Amino acid sequence: MSDDLRELYQEVILDHGRKPRNFGPLEEANRHADGYNPLCGDQVQVHVQVEDGIVRAVRFEGAGCAISTASASLMTQALTGKPADEAKELFEEFHELVVGDGHCGDKLGKLVVFAGVRQYPSRVKCATLAWHTVQAALDDDGQEVTTE
Amino acid sequence: MNAVQQAVSTAPGFDVERVRADFPILRQQVHGKPLVYFDNGASTQKPQVVIDAVSDFYAHDYANIHRGVHTLSERATAAYEGTRDRVRRFLNAADKSEIIFTCGTTEAINLVAQSFGGQKVGAGDEIILTGMEHHSNIVPWQLLAERVGATIKVVPITDDGALDLDAYAGLFGPRTRMVGLVHVSNALGTVNPVQSMIETAHAHDVPVLLDGAQAVAHTPVDVQALGCDFYAFSGHKIYGPSGIGILYGRRELLEAMPPWQGGGDMITTVAFEESTYAAPPYRFEAGTPHIAGAIGLTAALDYVDAIGLPAIAAYEHELLAYATAAVSELPGLRLIGTAPEKASILSFVLDGIHPHDIGTVLDFDGIAIRAGHHCAMPVMTRFGVAATARASIGIYNTRAEVDALVVGLRKVQEMFG
Repeated sequence: MSDDLRELYQEVILDHGRKPRNFGPLEEANRHADGYNPLCGDQVQVHVQVEDGIVRAVRFEGAGCAISTASASLMTQALTGKPADEAKELFEEFHELVVGDGHCGDKLGKLVVFAGVRQYPSRVKCATLAWHTVQAALDDDGQEVTTE
Repeated sequence: MNAVQQAVSTAPGFDVERVRADFPILRQQVHGKPLVYFDNGASTQKPQVVIDAVSDFYAHDYANIHRGVHTLSERATAAYEGTRDRVRRFLNAADKSEIIFTCGTTEAINLVAQSFGGQKVGAGDEIILTGMEHHSNIVPWQLLAERVGATIKVVPITDDGALDLDAYAGLFGPRTRMVGLVHVSNALGTVNPVQSMIETAHAHDVPVLLDGAQAVAHTPVDVQALGCDFYAFSGHKIYGPSGIGILYGRRELLEAMPPWQGGGDMITTVAFEESTYAAPPYRFEAGTPHIAGAIGLTAALDYVDAIGLPAIAAYEHELLAYATAAVSELPGLRLIGTAPEKASILSFVLDGIHPHDIGTVLDFDGIAIRAGHHCAMPVMTRFGVAATARASIGIYNTRAEVDALVVGLRKVQEMFG
């Protein structure tokens, strides 16, 4: 396998793509949103339980490629336990990571495995679908979000 | 005999290496591997003769058409109108006034839906489409149906990806006004039995539009033998430029149709009290068209005809059979579209692996395929998938490239398995 390919599909991404964490419904959720990528037909439902401004739990459902599934999976881990207002900042940093010039803050932790996506503009939407969706859930406007 | 005909006809039979040499884009590496271009269903590459025709036209003969009395305008007009006659010959239409230039298949279908449909389809009427149409042969009819209050009936797809012809025959009623039918499915590769389906429609006095976008590069088309009322195709899917397309319409139908876009070139006289409209085909061609695109289309049709569509069809058919057998060896691969009559398209899913990941990994091996819903979301729904991976064969593909695809797919399975 070429180095470029490994750079994109890092082991963490392959692992979370195969075995997504926090996958399934969330009974205690009080925020929901659906996300849709019309380019590939991928759909994701994100369920969030927010209490006292803290994200207590996040789970997701849907079907997507390895990158979108891994992104959703790692996102649920990154957000759990964080203040809801920090989600937006984290998404901004993540967005910068996958579309920007490679500078990112120090909050991203494991999420930096998505740095390789920057080289593949057609896959950026795969990596950001779950993030757009969780943002909509936290804003609670009830609208389906699309990547378009 | 022009240079193209000479170049190709001196080769005995179908010589794929000779064909490949005509396409400069194929002489490159992608990610360090020789380019393997299997995305012909989306768009085809251009032979040098097409590139030269467009470039020479801009270098020597370009001007606007149907206008000036000057030399360049006359040259440009003659070349442009020459393409109209070239397309007439290609489709075996009766008259060149039946050939309308559009910017592509999509615009051609919108033209028919708005002009012909707007005139013939009213509240309570019905339009028959099939479940395997490209979005461009669905949405124009939905827009019409919403506007006039008509309904759309859909011919179902069988499990192997053919049309259910009994169901089709049963959809006709006294309010049926139009049939829109894809000649070759872009998502499944199915070649539909269009001739008998047209006969069925005509027995009910219903006209038929054929979407030939995915057909013309792979099978000979004779609109008179088919008896179709409208036929649409795009230049870019038959080795010609993008931005140029064709609508064939039977003359008596075109003559009765109102204009759909207003502007220059489509009128006889203009006054603020009233304007009068030109006869077909000009009535449907407002504004300055893609002149160089038409010039390139002539070169593309010359190129294809010099090799011969029967020879192309035979070669591609054999290669598709080879590819079908080769990929069927892969565990967990499911072909989407296994109708007995197919052309060009190999649509498939791999168990547990998303088509986008397949497409990205293959790209690292220099292999270009399409991954997605192929603008045929109802087909995806029918087969219970969100998307498929699609390798689509063109004139320049080889068995060695199919072998490379299979090696690439094994790599994909190792990586994600």
